[in-house]
Amino acid sequence: MKSKHAMKIMLGFYMLLFFGYLFGPIIVMALTAFNTPDYPQAYPYEGFTLNWFVKLWNDSAMMDGLQNSIVIGMCVVAISVPVGLAAAIIMTQIYHRARGLFYLVTISPLLTPGVIIGISTVIFWKDVMSVTDVTKAVFYRGMVLAVLGQASFISAYVLLIFMARLTRFDRAQEEAALDLGASHPQVFWHILVPFLKPAIVSAVVIAFLSSFENYNTTTFAILADRTLVTVLAGQVRQGTTPALSALAVCIIGLSLFGAITYEVLKRREQRQADRAQQLAKMAERSEVAA
Amino acid sequence: MSAGVELDHITVRFGDFTAVKDATLDIKGGEFFSFLGPSGCGKTTILRTVSGFLDPSEGAVRIGGQDMAGIGPNKRPTALIFQNLALFPLMSVFENITYGLRVRGVGKAERMKRADELLEQIALPGQGKKLVSELSGGQKQRVAIARALAVQPKVLLLDEPLSALDLKLRQHMRNELRSIQQMVGITFIYITHDQGEALTMSDRVAVMSDGVIQQVADGRSVYDEPQTAFVASFVGENNALPGTVTKADGEFAVVETGFGPLRGRNPHALREGARAILFVRPESAQLAPSQNSSSFQTKVRSVAFEGNMTHVFLEGAGKKEVMVTVTRHGGDIVPEEGETATVSYEPRLGLVLPEGSLARE
Amino acid sequence: MSSRTLVFIVPLVVIAFFWLMARWESRHVKDASKKGYFERNGKVLGIAFILLVAFWTVFLVALPYLYMVVESFHPKLPPMERGGPNDYLTLQQYGSFFVSPADGETNWLHMSTFFFSILISIIVTAINFTICYPLAYYMAQAGSAQKVRLILLGLIVPYWVNEILRAFALRLMLATKGLINNILVAAGLINTPIDFLGDNVGLYVGLSYAYLLVMMFPLYNAIESLDKNQIEAARDLGAPWWRIHKDVVIPHAKPGIASGCTMVFMFSAGALAAPQFLGGTRTLWFTSVIYNFFFQAFNWPRGSAYSFILLAACIALVMLMLRLFKVSLGETIR
Repeated sequence: MKSKHAMKIMLGFYMLLFFGYLFGPIIVMALTAFNTPDYPQAYPYEGFTLNWFVKLWNDSAMMDGLQNSIVIGMCVVAISVPVGLAAAIIMTQIYHRARGLFYLVTISPLLTPGVIIGISTVIFWKDVMSVTDVTKAVFYRGMVLAVLGQASFISAYVLLIFMARLTRFDRAQEEAALDLGASHPQVFWHILVPFLKPAIVSAVVIAFLSSFENYNTTTFAILADRTLVTVLAGQVRQGTTPALSALAVCIIGLSLFGAITYEVLKRREQRQADRAQQLAKMAERSEVAA
Repeated sequence: MSAGVELDHITVRFGDFTAVKDATLDIKGGEFFSFLGPSGCGKTTILRTVSGFLDPSEGAVRIGGQDMAGIGPNKRPTALIFQNLALFPLMSVFENITYGLRVRGVGKAERMKRADELLEQIALPGQGKKLVSELSGGQKQRVAIARALAVQPKVLLLDEPLSALDLKLRQHMRNELRSIQQMVGITFIYITHDQGEALTMSDRVAVMSDGVIQQVADGRSVYDEPQTAFVASFVGENNALPGTVTKADGEFAVVETGFGPLRGRNPHALREGARAILFVRPESAQLAPSQNSSSFQTKVRSVAFEGNMTHVFLEGAGKKEVMVTVTRHGGDIVPEEGETATVSYEPRLGLVLPEGSLARE
Repeated sequence: MSSRTLVFIVPLVVIAFFWLMARWESRHVKDASKKGYFERNGKVLGIAFILLVAFWTVFLVALPYLYMVVESFHPKLPPMERGGPNDYLTLQQYGSFFVSPADGETNWLHMSTFFFSILISIIVTAINFTICYPLAYYMAQAGSAQKVRLILLGLIVPYWVNEILRAFALRLMLATKGLINNILVAAGLINTPIDFLGDNVGLYVGLSYAYLLVMMFPLYNAIESLDKNQIEAARDLGAPWWRIHKDVVIPHAKPGIASGCTMVFMFSAGALAAPQFLGGTRTLWFTSVIYNFFFQAFNWPRGSAYSFILLAACIALVMLMLRLFKVSLGETIR
């Protein structure tokens, strides 16, 4: 089958190009982090150094931004995960004629350019918070607005995650628990939430990461404060140093670590499920024989 | 502790569709009661109404004399065994069984004690730590039952619990369920479409079709004395010969069928001119002429040897076939395909019932 | 009552409308299976869910958006004069898109920027799709579960690096003193460095690069749901590979394709980082124009109007594309 062979070669070539395109700039940037020149340079190579990592650590603006990003991320998680879960549950129970509009409203932040979300957040909340001087002083700050702006679309991500998980939920379990005497809150906490646990973990991780790396919305909403990303943007605009490459290397390192951890956990989960299946099969066999 | 269940003119509607029409029943405490009928007949709807997941559009459900209106499923003295068992997959066997106790605030030590007792009762001693995914089908069944019994319900509701099991296991579980019921002594309400189950396990059976309860009686009565054409054709095999009553004398009547005039018992005292169906069970007929019997002649279409029985299929009116069952050593000569045979039966074994819809094959 | 306060009434009216309709219906259509909301969830959880959802949909989505739209119909005013006599409804901000208020001339700059941004976004979407489709197909049909997971991880890892850093990395490679130019000059292929960035090549590459993942997932999901047997059947009947894709795979994957293309288009049109860091000095992206209104001119109403124009155009285009390919909106969000 000559054409099949040709296909395979083309596929291999394509994959090479694809992942080259994907990883190329990253690898290049990573290389510049270890190269001595002041200007990020991968070629020609002039000498190995770890200086840029030190400079990164000492950059107070970056560190301040990093701290703010983490705080904002945690707040966004705290808001969007419960909101997304509530919305997913209500989606299944809402009055059927209202469901279409409800769905549209909840999904719309995903389709709205981040820029517009940022702008509308600032315009709206500025007026609302300026109702009294006290509220203005306390609430009208970049960190708060960034949380509110990000929460609007990150809740939509969370909603989709929970909706996907909920479709696989066996309603009979809910009924079984009620039948055995559980109250509705008990059914929620004992049966539904444990079932949703994988989705909750995904939602928390995705919400945090989405919040952390957000630029378009945060740029507008952050006012006088700063996040790691806005500091980064400022520095890239002004002039580039390999310290930024060093930052990229750190992020890549963390992501790789996260990816490896995820893979290990997934493999372990698979092994456990296989083992349980084996035991069940053995039980079946011995039962029939009896 | 068990309680009786009263259905008082229960009607359940879903929008335009009426699933249960005016059902009235009195199930005694401690009884093993079954609802038998084809899928869509309303038996699941009745079960869910008794357990509290549905509110009746009309009528009332009373358990132990107490009206259940407004009382949710978690407050009723009932426990439901779901068709797919609905065991909690993330919990162990122990946690599943004691869940009902846990939500009632029973302490851990007490729960462990109860769990061990129940595990002994269902013949799974010491298996508490296992996960649901590690169990076989039969074991899961028993855990579901133990879970329901743990809350000491007054009525146990079972939704076709054996339909997912294979044949041998089903037979075994039938006996087990019956003996569990007798041991625990509570009211069992069992729904199924399998008549073998209903007849062997129950004290009484309610046969349902299209939301209507056709007949309520013990197994033998439902089989020997069906009251409607549906019951006669649904429970067991039965030959249905439609026609018109030409003579009604006392206990018996003559029906003019496609095979000519045939006699049968007339418990409903149908009068001349009434449209009726004459029912004769395959095992009540013989393939030879005999004295004092009603009989008719027809051609043999096919013969099916089934081991201990042989089924002979003969030409009937239109497409419908007449079936006669001959036991292995019953002494009958089995005719061959194409031969003309005489089908005869004692009139008292024939039953004349009012015209009505038959069970779909 | 000013138009601004009127905005707050809108969500209340909508909610009241549906609530009344639901109550009317429950009273007239008797259905045994319809259990009340508070019966299903209990009082505490029921109220909690409603509050959370109301907060999100009303205060984080609907109101800010409506408020921005209203703002776009107002003139630019210093804080003192808002709510005063000079604060009236006007179309001047929208008008400024067509006719520049500074000199009364046709606003070719903004209009051309707008069309340029939309056009490039469309092209980028097409490029993106062409790049992603083969890999999505391979993952969905050919790979084992483990291989697929690895490929997915391989796709996701580059995207954990922030989009700004990615743009930065591309800039490193494409700048006049950057890697590619260095290599080309060193190899003797060219004499003077090519101005990739100035010629917008950087922008195109950056935008195509940025949203590969967004296209990949819906595409992968859609193709994955196709029964492999159908492809086998088509091959068995003698269809060449391109016909298999044209007649079997692509029609099935239409919702996923529509979903991916919609997302990529909207992200591109609304992109901020790539144009800011990869565009040449002559490049103007519509979102950058909006950015400047906010941070340089402090003209929020005009920025809002332009935002709304962008949003309306994007939605119109997406709706048109969905209609053209006969895909419903509900299908795309899967």
